[in-house]
Amino acid sequence: MNLFVKNIIRFILILVVQLFVLNNVPPLHQFIVPYFYFVFLLWLPFKITRTNLLLVAFAVGYITDMFYKTPGLHLAACVLIAYIRPPFIQLLLPKEATEWGNEEPTRKTMGQVPYMTYIIIMTLIHHFYLILLEWLQFGSFLYFSGKLIGTTIISLLLIMIADLLFNRNTRTR
Amino acid sequence: MRNVFLFLRRYSVFIIFLVMQIMALTMLFTNNRFHNTVMGMLSNEAAGDINKRVDKAEEFLSLSEQNKKLREQNAKLLSLLPSGTLLPDSAMEMVTDTFRLDSIKQYRQYQYMSAKVISNSVFLQQNYMVLHRGSNQGLEANMAVVGIDGVMGTIVHVSENMSLVMSLLNRQSKVIATLKKGSGLGEISWDGKDPRYLVLTKIPKTVLVKKGDTVVTSPYSDKFPPGLPIGIVQEVEQDQETNTYILLVKTAVNFYNVQHAYVVKNRLEEEMDELKKKMNKE
Repeated sequence: MNLFVKNIIRFILILVVQLFVLNNVPPLHQFIVPYFYFVFLLWLPFKITRTNLLLVAFAVGYITDMFYKTPGLHLAACVLIAYIRPPFIQLLLPKEATEWGNEEPTRKTMGQVPYMTYIIIMTLIHHFYLILLEWLQFGSFLYFSGKLIGTTIISLLLIMIADLLFNRNTRTR
Repeated sequence: MRNVFLFLRRYSVFIIFLVMQIMALTMLFTNNRFHNTVMGMLSNEAAGDINKRVDKAEEFLSLSEQNKKLREQNAKLLSLLPSGTLLPDSAMEMVTDTFRLDSIKQYRQYQYMSAKVISNSVFLQQNYMVLHRGSNQGLEANMAVVGIDGVMGTIVHVSENMSLVMSLLNRQSKVIATLKKGSGLGEISWDGKDPRYLVLTKIPKTVLVKKGDTVVTSPYSDKFPPGLPIGIVQEVEQDQETNTYILLVKTAVNFYNVQHAYVVKNRLEEEMDELKKKMNKE
């Protein structure tokens, strides 16, 4: 399948899961909010250019905001991780972006430890910025730190489950 | 000049990033007309249309409960019909919702319009609902939204066929409330912890409050009709710092499952606003 078409289908699927399944799950606690949509940005191919990545992040953030009714909140966090992603990958795997084929960041292409570091750090940065911006509007330090820990753990669990369920990038093109 | 272009090219990614961040943060933190346009864009018809389709599927799951509630309300309303009551004396009449004293005719102050809830959330910190009724059907911002059981929220933005409602379960929502016993004037807000409970503050300690007291909308509210149920006091806590209570209130509406709503139009609101403006000028 064409890389472009594949990513569009994935984009729609991830958004449907986030907006119509995860958002309707009864909340366990104030601090445990399942955010999953940003994983789309983490799973984009290595060779995507930085400008395109920022534009994609803008679209993802804007559409999510449209459904959450939070103007600019998810947008800011998405754009931030899209900006940080390429240098961070470079730091983990010293390889030029042009050297990659159509591969995406997975366990196999990056290796177990770099992949998990990548996912954990990016999730933390995204949630840190998102919840910090929320804290500036309302809430307390306890709310900020508690929600940061709770949401990060639940997001990582969701990403790991998704990784186990869907075997991405088995065939190398 | 060449250096400028070189600079732009070198740092183009960073500049795009900065522009996007600034856009996002201004959207988030400005509170003016620009913000209103952004919220208008966010509550647009496309997202509403998708929500409507999903809602249609979800509605099946709660049909029987909603039917039961509507039947109960019908029974209540039917018992209010004039044919079912006898006035003890033709000179004595209970008059509610009136504002003209020089006429025998009653005038409606509050007009109710039915609307369907097509999107709702409870577990976020800023929860909004979307109604499938908009400016084409006569809805405006700042109208009250009530359910069968009680108060649900306030309209904040309208588009042509949709409207965005700030639910009571929003950290920024504030509604004037009072106890049904008739004493104390407080403020209902939400602490973001549990979607089943609201917080009532500013009720002075001189008022006797017990668990189980009903909290209703205040007659001083400019959009809510007086006496609509908001919830029932669940926990009474004394605020150490001030002379007021902090009351935990169980919501009258089950926010997990809302399907139908009534939008309340206060037909005196314009007149009231004008009067208030005059006061501000002087």
